[in-house]
This record gives sequence, structure tokens and C-alpha cells, in this order.
Amino acid sequence: MGDIWDILPGLGDKLAAHVVLSASAIGLAIIIALPLAVWASRSATVSRIALALASLVQTIPALALLALFFPLLLSLRAVFGEGLPTLGFLPALLALTLYALLPILRNAVTAQANLDPGVLEAADGVGMTKWQKLRLVEAPLSAPFVMAGIRTASVWTIGAATLATTIGQPSLGDPIFAGLQTQNWALVLAGCLASAGLALAADNLLWVIEVGLARRRRWMSLGGVAIVALGILAALWAGRAEEGERPIVIASKQFSEQYILAKLIGARLQAAGYRVEYRDGLGSAVVHSAVANSSIDISVDYTGTIWTNYLKRDDNPGREAMYETIRAWEARENGVKVLGRLGFENAYAFAMRADRAKELGVTSLADLAAVAPRLTVGGDPEFFERPEWIAVKAAYGLDFASKRNFAPTFMYNALQSGEADVISAYTSDGRIAADRLVVLEDPKGALPSYDAMIMLSPRIAGDAGVIAALKPLVGAISVEAMREANLAVDREDAQKMTPKQAAQMLAAKAGL
Amino acid sequence: MTSPRPLLRFEGAARVYGNVQAVAGVTCDIAGGSFVALVGASGSGKSTLLKMVNTLVEPTAGRVLFGGEDVTALPPARLRRRVGYVFQGIGLFPHMSVAENIAIGPRLAGEKLPPSRIAELLELVELDPAMASRMPDELSGGQRQRVGVARALAGEPELLLMDEPFGALDPLTRDALGEKVRELHERLGLTTVMVTHDMAEALLLADRVLVMDAGAIVADESPRALLAGEGGDIAQGLVAVPRQQAERLAAMESPR
Repeated sequence: MGDIWDILPGLGDKLAAHVVLSASAIGLAIIIALPLAVWASRSATVSRIALALASLVQTIPALALLALFFPLLLSLRAVFGEGLPTLGFLPALLALTLYALLPILRNAVTAQANLDPGVLEAADGVGMTKWQKLRLVEAPLSAPFVMAGIRTASVWTIGAATLATTIGQPSLGDPIFAGLQTQNWALVLAGCLASAGLALAADNLLWVIEVGLARRRRWMSLGGVAIVALGILAALWAGRAEEGERPIVIASKQFSEQYILAKLIGARLQAAGYRVEYRDGLGSAVVHSAVANSSIDISVDYTGTIWTNYLKRDDNPGREAMYETIRAWEARENGVKVLGRLGFENAYAFAMRADRAKELGVTSLADLAAVAPRLTVGGDPEFFERPEWIAVKAAYGLDFASKRNFAPTFMYNALQSGEADVISAYTSDGRIAADRLVVLEDPKGALPSYDAMIMLSPRIAGDAGVIAALKPLVGAISVEAMREANLAVDREDAQKMTPKQAAQMLAAKAGL
Repeated sequence: MTSPRPLLRFEGAARVYGNVQAVAGVTCDIAGGSFVALVGASGSGKSTLLKMVNTLVEPTAGRVLFGGEDVTALPPARLRRRVGYVFQGIGLFPHMSVAENIAIGPRLAGEKLPPSRIAELLELVELDPAMASRMPDELSGGQRQRVGVARALAGEPELLLMDEPFGALDPLTRDALGEKVRELHERLGLTTVMVTHDMAEALLLADRVLVMDAGAIVADESPRALLAGEGGDIAQGLVAVPRQQAERLAAMESPR
């Protein structure tokens, strides 16, 4: 865990992005909440509706709220045109702003409601206009309470901003999500420490402003404001490097193989003189659309995923036909160039512990059907909704005693501990070899293929330099080499590697 | 004593809240320079009538004329500078010093009161001018209400409205401040309308007493006439309380 101190200094740009995102969200929330609170203090109906809506937003998990803005913004493109960003800063800002509204709004409304009626009568009695009353009496008397609300909102927002990673906005969530997927706990801790530290710092600074307001110590409030402003300016300064030519943005979904391949692709582009940027830990559903609209330039996707999720097909024409159909479809519908297949599949397969398979006499899915009513099957959270499962179930008449969902990382542990007898494994997973699992045969060919493909966004689809740099990867990666690299990242012992190291090993194995 | 044109005139002034008639068409003139007490039980409409003058309450029917002009037609800020307002809640602004509180009315009109004027106003209500820099929460209740009176006088008003101004004060402070207000009334040539539920206070301070009941004025007499038994049952009922108290006290004092 000593690595944390090596990791933290490298998080500067993530911290800057995190600060800019959080500060913008809180700022926007203040701009919306304060006038709304004033309006609410003049109308009980507005007060009820505003507070009810803000509370309702709070009941939506932050992760879901962030994810919901992707389809929402996508549909708004009909109004605002194709230039409307659907990933990254904008949706993260909007979701976090909604999230920050409630504490600010509630405190401001409560503060207004609790103002001494005698003081308000005096304000009218000395002849203040509504605006003078607000500016000279209501605002200064409510300020400490409003500030307390802003403090709460800030701590929430800084915490929730780590989730912006999943919609392609860099933040301190990047190391957390990358660390969780690759079981690199030092990385997770470093991200958590940095975001907790930031939240504490913000909380304390805002507390100084709040106390300054409550005790009418102007220098305290102004000093606090000045330090907050300096911090935000510093973050803006650090994040300003985005000028000039946009770097090539490489996406990875939330599992080790994706992190490794992103680094492999990135290293080759850097060697060819390109500037690259990584968007790690994206939600799977987000990646495909992001490449199609060029907010991300390169991803590695799988034939089976595209086939069912985007072509909406549930037939199985065979491996080659499927690939060619997808290639033509992507070019025609999205302008996305499928550069080629890497050479391995990350297909769904059913795996069992060798001893258990032997004991039950199971070598194929057909054998499994006979004993399934006595067994528990484990799958990743989406598996039991996928057409593969439905197809396999129908083809072999599988009927299990029970079904359980596990995060991919923990599925193998469940198999080892006996919580599941058979799991939906991935064929490129390093743990199949490491745990000496038996992959069950599929004599009826019910499981579709999942060839890994390099996808290029319309923006770089015609870039000869990029194509030349990445072409050697096509057909170069065997499933054994990929399993080995995945295992190197997933393992917990001294031989554990970072995705970058594993990518170097993979490149060497592939003779690149 | 009545001037040819009254400073304040109520013309059928009425106020309805929902289906409660708080003030039921009051018509009455108040001459410049007079000290008028509005007396009545809780809910008799006296505060509502008073607040119609500085438009904190607007009449639902009829009108109130101040110097011949309908008060609702005057810009509220300008009207309230000419009409000082003191009320039971005092309502000093807790985030402003005594000096800032006193200077607020002129400040709203874009005028900055010099420290000498603030000192003068504090002396007028018998407070140490050094108190100017204090915050309201450092003052006693009586001191606060004195600041409230100073604030009401800062704009050099023609008319002073007082709504139970001494209701929350202890009897000694209350008596002293009552005397002081009466003295200021004379010295500054004010016209004063004071709402109170305390008939003794009204009889001692005012030169004209209006008794209200159920939103209407039921008696309009001088203190002397009220003590002489004029004004009807309701007024006499109110006068009886302090009179009997005084008689009982006198009886206890007199030697057997």
C-alpha cells in the first residue's frame, strides 16, 4: 500500500478536472437555488413544488442520474443539433447540479421562513421596497444558513463527482474505477483519499465563510471566498492544456482487458507521435454511441455485443458472416470504421470447477442440462437478460435450481467458494487458466461469437497515420496471450501488473 | 385645537380578512398636533386601522387621506419616511449597529445621517451617544425600544404611529418611556396616534381617546370626558379597570 504515495502526485490533472466540475455544479446550483428560494419564500405553492422536486432528485441514485443524462441529451440533439455533447462535462455538470440543489434550496427556504417577523415588519415600516428588504435584511440574515447548505452540497457534490468517470468525464473517480476493476487497491485508496481530502478542504473553507457571515467578520468571509476562488482558478489553469488539436481519445469499459487494450493502443499511437487521452471505466452502453459521435475516437468492442445491442439481431449466422455484417453496418449507419479483429474472442461461456465437473460428469452444455435442476448458476448483472442466455436455455433446455448475480470480479470467487456451481465466464478471462476451470462445450453452437474489434470514430476513420499504427494489432493477439495479460492484472500476488505493464507484456508476446 | 384641514382623515376605511370584518368603515378626522390613543380589546381592529395609515395594510373599501392625499397613491417609501412607526416587536435589524438602525430610513432615501445627528437622536431618547456602535443584542429591552423610537424620528416625520409600543416592557421602563414620548410629541410638534389596550396609559398620555369595538369606533372623547362618565358602556367598562385599581390602592393607603 506504500504505492499510494507514488500514485497521489500523478493525480493532479484528475484533481483539477474534479475541482472544475464540482465547482461549476455547485456554482450553477447556487445560481438556480437562490432565486428559487426567494420565489418560494413569497409563494407556498412554489416552495412545496420546488422542495418536492429537489427531494425527488435525491432519491435517484447518483450513478443512475448521471447515466440518465446520456439518453436525455441524445434526444435533445433533435432540438439543439448534433453539436450537443452527450458525454463528459455537460451531462456530469447537469446531473451534479440537480444533486446539489436540495441542500442549498432547503436551507435557504428554511432560513427565510425563520426570519423574525418583527424584523420584517420593521423593514416594511421604515419603507423598504421588496428588493431593498431582500438585499438589506433577508439576504444578510439568511446568509449563514444558506452557506451551511452550500457546504453540505459541496461535500455531496465532490463525493458524487467521482461517478462522473462512468460517463466519460475525467475526475478522481478514474483511479477509483480503474483500481476496482483491476483489483489495484492502492489506486482505489489514492482516489478516495484525494477526493475525501478535497471534500474536507472545501468543507473547512466554506465553514470559515459561514462563521464569518454569522459573526459578521467580513475579513473571514472574504478571505475564505478568496482562497476558494484561488483554488478554482488554479484548477482551471491546470486544466487549460486542452487547447489546440484534440488528442485521440481512447475508451475502456469497466474490465481489465479493456484497460490493457486501451493502453496497448495508446502506446502504439504515442510511439507514432500522436497525443492520446484515456477515458477509462465507461459504462458499456455509453461507449458505442460515444464512438459513433466522435466524442471518443477508439474503442475495442465485441461482435456479439454489437450484434444483439445495436443491430438488434438474435440469430446466429456464424462468426465470419456476423463480423462482415457488423463491419458494413457500422460504416453505413455510423461512419465508424471497424479496423479489424484483434484475433481473440471474449465470448460468453459456461465454466465449472474441474473437480465439480468431473464429479457430475459434465463436459458440455448438453450434459449440464441433465443435472442443472440441482445446481446454482452465477452470472454478471446483465447476463440473465441477454439473448445468449435465452438462446442457450432454449437450445439445451437448461433449468437451474437458482440464479445469482455477481460482479464479474467476484464471480470466480463465488465458483471457488461453492456459492455457484457454474458461471457465465468470459473466454479470454485469465482466471479460467489460473483457477483450472473447465469451459463447457457448445455442440449446438448456441453461443454467438464475441470477436474483439478495433473501432475508429468517424473523426479519425480516414486518418492514415492512425490506421498504419494500429493495423499490426489486427490478428496479432491470441486468446492465450490475452488470458495471460488479464490474469497479470487481476491477480493479487506479487506478480500483479498495472494495465500498462500488462500491455507491454502483451505487445512483446505478439511480437510487436 | 382643530386645524381647518385635518392631517389625517379616514373616509369609510374598511378591511376584510376572508369573511372577518377587521375594520368596518371608519370615518374620522385627526388634527395636526394631536396625541390620539386608539383603545380597545384584542381583535377590535385598532392595529389594523393604524396600519392602514402607513399602508402596511391596505383598505378593502374606503380610503385614508394624509395631508389630503390618498395614502395608497403615495410611493410607500416616501410615505413611510414622513410617518414614523414604532411597534411592540421593536424589530431592530440584528445585523446592523444602533447607528445603522437609526440611519436606515434616510439611507433608503439616499441620505447619509452624520454621526452628530445620530448622537442627537440618541440623546433625544435619553441614550448615551456612545451606544451608537453597539449591536442590538447588547441592549436591554427598554434601550432597544428607545432606539426604535429614535429610528422612527430619524426622518423628521410629521406623524408618529405607535402600535402597543411599550407592551413588552417592564412597568418602570414603560412609564418612563411613555412620559418621554409625550414630551417629544410636544417638543417636536408631532402628531401621534398610539394603539394600546391599556386605558390608563391612554388616559395619561393622550388628549383624545378613540375606543374601538368590533371594527368600529364606539367612543371619541377627551380623557377628562371619559373620566366624567361619557362615551358609553364599552368605553366606561375599559375606564372602570384602572379607576377601580386606583380606588383600591387609595383605600389601602388611607388611614383607618
